[in-house]
Amino acid sequence: MLKTFPIGGIHPPENKLTADKAIKYLTVPESVTIPVSQHIGAPAEVIVNKGDDVKAGQVIAKGRGFVSSNIHSSVSGKVNKIDNVIDSTGYRHPAVYIDVVGDEWSETIDRSNKIITEIALSKEEIINRCFESGIVGLGGATFPSHVKLSIPAGKKCNILIINGVECEPYLTSDHRLMLERGEEILIGISVIMKALGVEKAMIGIENNKPDAISHMTNLASELHGISVHALKVKYPQGAEKQLIKALIDREVPAGQLPVDVGAVVNNVGTAFAVYEAVQKNKPLFERVVTISGKSLSQPGNYFVRTGTPVRNLVEAAGGLPDDTGKIINGGPMMGKAVNSIDVPIAKGTSGILIFPRDESERPAVGPCIRCGKCISACAMNLEPFLLMTLSEKGLFERAENERITDCMECGSCSYTCPAKRPLLDYIRLGKSTVIRMARERNLK
Amino acid sequence: MSPTILITIISLSLLALISAVILYFVAQKFKIFEDPRIDEIQAILPAANCGGCGFAGCRNFAETLVNADTFDGLNCPVGGAEVMDAAAQILGKEAVAFDPLIAVLLCNGLPEYRPRTSRYDGVADCRISNNLYMGETDCSYGCLGNGDCVRACTFDAMYMDQASGLPVIVDDKCIACGACVKACPRNLIELRKKAKKDRKIYVACSNCDKGAPARRACKVACIACNKCVRVCEYGAITIENNLAYIDAKKCTFCRKCVTECPTNSIIELNFPPRRTKAEVQAEEVNG
Amino acid sequence: MSNLLNISPSPHIHDRETTRKLMYGVVLALMPALFISVFYFGIGALIVTATSVASCIIFEYLIQRFILKKPVSVTDGSALVTGILLAFNLPSNIPIHIIVIGSFVAIGIAKMTFGGLGNNPFNPALVGRVFMLISFPVQMTRWPVPEGFKTGYTDAVTGATPLAIIKEGIKNGESLSRLMEKIPTAFNMFMGKMGGSMGEVAAFALLLGFAYMLYKKIITWHIPVSIIGTVAIFTTILWLINPETNANPMFHILAGGVLLGAIFMATDYVTSPMNPKAMIIYGIGIGFLTVIIRVYGAYPEGVSFAILIMNAFVPLMNAYIKPKRFGEEVKYG
Repeated sequence: MLKTFPIGGIHPPENKLTADKAIKYLTVPESVTIPVSQHIGAPAEVIVNKGDDVKAGQVIAKGRGFVSSNIHSSVSGKVNKIDNVIDSTGYRHPAVYIDVVGDEWSETIDRSNKIITEIALSKEEIINRCFESGIVGLGGATFPSHVKLSIPAGKKCNILIINGVECEPYLTSDHRLMLERGEEILIGISVIMKALGVEKAMIGIENNKPDAISHMTNLASELHGISVHALKVKYPQGAEKQLIKALIDREVPAGQLPVDVGAVVNNVGTAFAVYEAVQKNKPLFERVVTISGKSLSQPGNYFVRTGTPVRNLVEAAGGLPDDTGKIINGGPMMGKAVNSIDVPIAKGTSGILIFPRDESERPAVGPCIRCGKCISACAMNLEPFLLMTLSEKGLFERAENERITDCMECGSCSYTCPAKRPLLDYIRLGKSTVIRMARERNLK
Repeated sequence: MSPTILITIISLSLLALISAVILYFVAQKFKIFEDPRIDEIQAILPAANCGGCGFAGCRNFAETLVNADTFDGLNCPVGGAEVMDAAAQILGKEAVAFDPLIAVLLCNGLPEYRPRTSRYDGVADCRISNNLYMGETDCSYGCLGNGDCVRACTFDAMYMDQASGLPVIVDDKCIACGACVKACPRNLIELRKKAKKDRKIYVACSNCDKGAPARRACKVACIACNKCVRVCEYGAITIENNLAYIDAKKCTFCRKCVTECPTNSIIELNFPPRRTKAEVQAEEVNG
Repeated sequence: MSNLLNISPSPHIHDRETTRKLMYGVVLALMPALFISVFYFGIGALIVTATSVASCIIFEYLIQRFILKKPVSVTDGSALVTGILLAFNLPSNIPIHIIVIGSFVAIGIAKMTFGGLGNNPFNPALVGRVFMLISFPVQMTRWPVPEGFKTGYTDAVTGATPLAIIKEGIKNGESLSRLMEKIPTAFNMFMGKMGGSMGEVAAFALLLGFAYMLYKKIITWHIPVSIIGTVAIFTTILWLINPETNANPMFHILAGGVLLGAIFMATDYVTSPMNPKAMIIYGIGIGFLTVIIRVYGAYPEGVSFAILIMNAFVPLMNAYIKPKRFGEEVKYG
C-alpha cells in the first residue's frame, strides 16, 4: 500500500514529456538580467556599479537582514546597468544587467567533477555557507534555506523530509536531477542532516518515477538513516503539509510551520544546491529548468544560469511555436503566466511551459451547482465554493472564520469545478484581504 | 350576550391589560437614555448611509455631530452646506465651510495612446488583476478597466466607457463620497476641489516610471520634464517620483500648463474652446 | 490581437468534466429504468416521459427568455434531468394536461423563482410531484399494473401498489402473512414486475444506474447508502418487534420509491448537502422520515415528503456541519 495523504487531491494528466530527456547545459547567453529579489524576504542590496567586471559566483547583491539572500552573478562580464525588468511577478523590479564576456568563475569554486563525500564543515559553518551562497528553497517557494535550517529556540527537529515528489504535470527537473546527480543529492541531504542535528531523513518520491525511486534507494542503502519512500501519484502530494502527513502521519496545525511537528522539508534541488555550496564552494547561480509543452519541437531539461531570458530557453527547445497562447513560469497548477518572453529565469523557476492557443483560453463560467466536488478536492478540507462567495460579497470576517488563510492556493478546487468557476481567484483575493486585516488588527 | 362571548371578551381584555402593564414596566426598566437631538439631526440628514462623511452611516454621523465640540473636519458630502448649516442651527454650533469636491480619474490611457501588450483572461475585477500582473499594457500604474470603482458607486455617478476602457465620472451625480477612491487598488481616483462650471485641470497620469519607459508605455504619460512646473506662475505644480501633480487649491485655471505639456498629459475639461492666434490678432486689431 | 499572450491566474488546466456532462451522465444512468418502465407499462411510459421532458425544457426556455430576460441555458441538461425524474414519479396513464401543469410547477415555481440552477432549496421534480398528488389525487394514485408492452395509454388497467396493499390491509386488521401473498415476490419486485410509478419499479435497473454514476464519479456513495441503510435498520427493528404488523426490511427497500429516491432524487446536487458528514446525516433523516410516514402516516409512500422535509434542513446542515479542517486536531506533541 503506497503512502498518501487521506483528504482531497486530484489526478491531472501527467504529461511528463521530458522525463527521459537528460539534462543539458544551456549555452551561456549574451546578456543576463539578474533580479535582486529571487527569494522570500527583503530584496538584496546591489553592491556593484555600472561598468564593473564580474565573475560567475561573485556576490553582486547582499542580502538585507536575516530573512534575505545573497545574489551572485551567474556569468562573467561587465555590468551594463542597474535598472528595472519585468520579472515573474508581472511587475518591473530592479535587476543587474550584465553583458557576458567568456565564462570565468570565481577562483574559490571547485569546478572539478569529483564528488566530495567527506563533510568537513561544522553545523554552524554549514548554515553560514548556505547564507553566503544564496541558497533558497528550489521547490518554488524560494524561502532562504539558512533561515529554515536555523531551528528557533524552544523548537525541536527530529526528522528531515526530502521532497522528490514533483507532483505538478510537465515538470521533470527534480526527476532528472535524482537520476543523474543522485550521489550529490544524498551527500547534500547528509549535510542538511548535520546542520539540523537529526539522524533520520525520509525521501518521498511519487510512484510515476520508478527509475528514480530504485536509483535513490540503491544509493541511500549505503548511507545511514536515509530511507526512500514511494508515494501514491496524487496532486498536491508535493505540498509540504501533505508530504509530512503522508510520510510520518503528523498534521501541521493551521498557521504553524513543519518545525512545530518536528520536521523540516527540503526539495531535492535544494539538497543538490547545498552539496554544491558546502562541498564545492559554488554559490547558487544555476539550476535545472524543464522547458516543455505539447507544441514545442524539442522539449527538454537544462541547467540554466539565473538571469537568462526565457527566450533563450525557448530557442533551445526549437523556438516559440506560432500558435503559442501562454508562457507559464512553473507548473500548470500553481505557475504564473508571464507577459513577456524576456522575463529572466530566477532561482525559483522550476519550469517554463508553452501552451498552444486552444489550451490557453479560460472556459466559460456557469452557476454553482453545489455538487461539492471542490470540497472533496481540497487537501486542506476547506469549502472553496463558500470561500469564493464570501470573498466575492466582501464578507471577509466570515471568510477568516472559515479558515481561508489555511488555503495553500494549490488550485485543485478550480481544476475540479464542473461549472469552471474562478474559485481560486476570489480565494486569493480573500486571503490577501484577510491577512491585511489581521495585520492591521495586530498593530492596534 | 351568550356566556361564551362574555367570557371571551373578559379574558382577552384581561390578557391585553396584563401584557400592557408588563411591557410598560419592561420598557421603563431597560430604557437607554439617548440624547433626543440625535434623532433630530438624523431626520435632516439625507439617509443615504453612504459613508462619505467617514462614519458608519447617517445615525453614527448624527451621534458624532451631537457629541463633537466643533464641526471642524465634519461634513456630509451628499447634503452639503445646506444640511450642515441646519445641523449647526439645531445644535447651536458653528458650521465650518467645506469646499465641495469631485472625483477625478488620474489616468487617460486610451487604447490609441496605451497599446495593448497582453490579454487578460481572468475575472473582471481590478483587485484580482492588480495582484496578478501589471495589466494588459506596459504601464504598471494605469487603469485596469475592470470596473471596481463603477461597482462601488452607490449614486449612479460612474459608468464604464466601452470604447476607451476607462471609467467615466458623471459630474452632476458625483457627491465625492469616496467609495470609488477606496475601491481602486491603484489609487487612481482623487477627490479634487470642485471648480465653477465643473471645470477641471489635472495631470491625467499616475505613472512613476522614468520618462523613457513611461512614454514607451503610453503616449500621454507624464515624463517629469518639468516644463509645467516652470511655466506655472502660481507654484501649483510639483514633481515627485517622476510624476507631476497640480494642487487644486493653488491652481487658478490659467491653462498655461496644458499647452506647455509636450505629451498632453495635463487635461482640461469643461472650458470654452481656445481662441486661435488669428482670432487673438483680429481682436487686437479691432480693439 | 490574437498574437498577444494570454494572462490569467493559475490553475491553467481544468478537468474535462462540465455541468452538462454530469447532467447527461445522470440521464444515461436513468436509461435502464426508462427501458424497463416502457417494457412493463408500454407506450404510456414513453408518452409521459416525452411530455414531461418537453414541458420542462420549454417552460425553462420561455421563462428565461421572456420573463427573466437572461441568457438561455436549457442546453445544460438540468431541465432534461428534472423532466425525466418528474416523469418517473408519475403513473404511466396520467393525462397530458396534468403533466404539463406539474412541469410548470417544477420548473417555474420550484426552480426559476429561486434564481435558476443552483439556487433552489427544494428538489423541483419532487415539488412538482407533490403538487400534482395534492391537486389531482385520483389520477395520481391510479397505478397501471405491469402487463408488458402495450399500446394503451390513459386506458391502462390499474391496480394498487404493493405498499398500498400492505397499508390498507394492516389498517383493516388483516395479518401480514396473508397480505404478503397478495403482493409480488421479492424477485418480481427486484425485476420491476409490480405496480407503481414509472421509475420506482425495477430495482436492478436503478442499481445499474447507481453503479454507473459511482463509476463516473457523478455522485458519491454517502447519501444512497445512508438512506437505504437507515430504512433497512429501522424497518428491521420494527419488524423484529412485531412481524405481524410490520413488513420485512427487504420489502420496504424494494417496494415504493426508496431506491429511486435514494439514488436519483436525494442525490440532486443543488438540494443536498455538500460535505460527507452532512450527507450521511441527511440520508439518515430521509430514511427515518420515510419509514415513519410509511408506518404511522396517512400516505402509503413517504420518500417524496421525507426528501422535501430534509431539503429544508440542508442550508442549516451546510452551515453548521463542517468538514474537519486539516491540522485542526493536534496529532503530535
